[in-house]
Amino acid sequence: MKPAAFAYLAPTTLGEALAMLDGVQDDGKVLAGGQSLVPAMNFRLARPATLVDLNGLSELDHVSGDSDRGVVIGALVRHAAFHAPPFEGPLAELLAKVVRDIAHYPIRQRGTFGGSLAHADPASEWCLVAATLGATMHLASVAGTRTVAAADFFRGTFTTALAPNEILVRVDLPPLPAGWRTGFYEFSRRKGDFALAMALATLQIDGGAIRAVRLGVGGVSDRPRRLETVEAFLAGKPPTPATFAEAAELARGAVAVTADIHASEAYRSDLLGTVVRRALAEAAA
Amino acid sequence: MPDKIAITLDVNGKSYDVNVEPRRSLADVLREDCGLTGTHLGCEHGVCGACTVLVDGRPVRACLMFGVQAEGKAIRTVEGLADGDVLHPLQKAFWENHGLQCGFCTPGFLMLAVGALEENPAMSEAELRDVLSSNLCRCTGYQNIVKAVRLAADEMRARRA
Repeated sequence: MKPAAFAYLAPTTLGEALAMLDGVQDDGKVLAGGQSLVPAMNFRLARPATLVDLNGLSELDHVSGDSDRGVVIGALVRHAAFHAPPFEGPLAELLAKVVRDIAHYPIRQRGTFGGSLAHADPASEWCLVAATLGATMHLASVAGTRTVAAADFFRGTFTTALAPNEILVRVDLPPLPAGWRTGFYEFSRRKGDFALAMALATLQIDGGAIRAVRLGVGGVSDRPRRLETVEAFLAGKPPTPATFAEAAELARGAVAVTADIHASEAYRSDLLGTVVRRALAEAAA
Repeated sequence: MPDKIAITLDVNGKSYDVNVEPRRSLADVLREDCGLTGTHLGCEHGVCGACTVLVDGRPVRACLMFGVQAEGKAIRTVEGLADGDVLHPLQKAFWENHGLQCGFCTPGFLMLAVGALEENPAMSEAELRDVLSSNLCRCTGYQNIVKAVRLAADEMRARRA
């Protein structure tokens, strides 16, 4: 199908973009990579009256930092930039691993890191990364910039802390220095499809025991979730299949999973346990 | 209704001055306004890949980009692949290996493969299959498409050497 008519604004600086978005009286929407918004418009599920296109804002298309210091990711950085991240270490390895499960190659050339977070699809891989690692979002408007922690940013399906006149301009991922191990496992029926369940784990193992851990799941409920109770259980335990099986059961108990046409509640809950177990095992391997 | 916008597109090295509504997809602009009907439209929501073209060297879904966003970019379509009567190695390999039957998906597969192989000429079999999983073909069962792209990749590498 074809999208409904809209007015098109193409700013070339962030200041200009914020002023334009603030001035939109009717139903305005920010356009980044367009790999989710444009399909929704083509189906006429979305009919924004005005689009503010961020693609001219090269100032938002930068990655800086590294695994030791953490990285700053501009909102307009394309997914494909993480096929070979411009830095090294566990954080780079994790992002390079995760990006391979985001849709398909041509979609990754166009879709953006910031757009993915702002769209807040429950099955978004970058949203899971942000929630699990504890990213900090920078939200700009004509009034200034504020920061919001990932835990407060995701409010539900397609819903975030962003106000209608705000633009997500940058995301800070915390350090994940040498010594951290990472695991990510996603299940979808076909390669490139939306995740029916996925899990992300980072571990520090010392003297045969888990010293530090982060664990999150996505695609199973209305938003990505970091599972602190399961993390608390894992701390100090040996990184064994038995420990991970128990963690998987705890994770299943900690999340009320969504049922939809793709997966019943029982099936998705089962998948949740499996992806948690496999992500932890990969991180420990 | 929002006004039409005058833009100039660079398609296969040639300039096209067109007047388009912002909502018109790049695929529709190429077909309807530039008269380049080699780019096909299947699903119109980014799933099938029939409309894949190169924008600044990268394969993208032309149904998920608006024509007005493509101004100032180097666009390549299937019409730009052959050099006169001499087919591009990928076109030749599709021809020789039965990489198509009805041919509807072919322009998309060709542009997908051209973009991916130009980025990484030494793609492994697994990487190649992963890239080709981006587009849909309802005739061939994919085996001959994979075979054709693999053989074309060898030839493209040999030509560079």
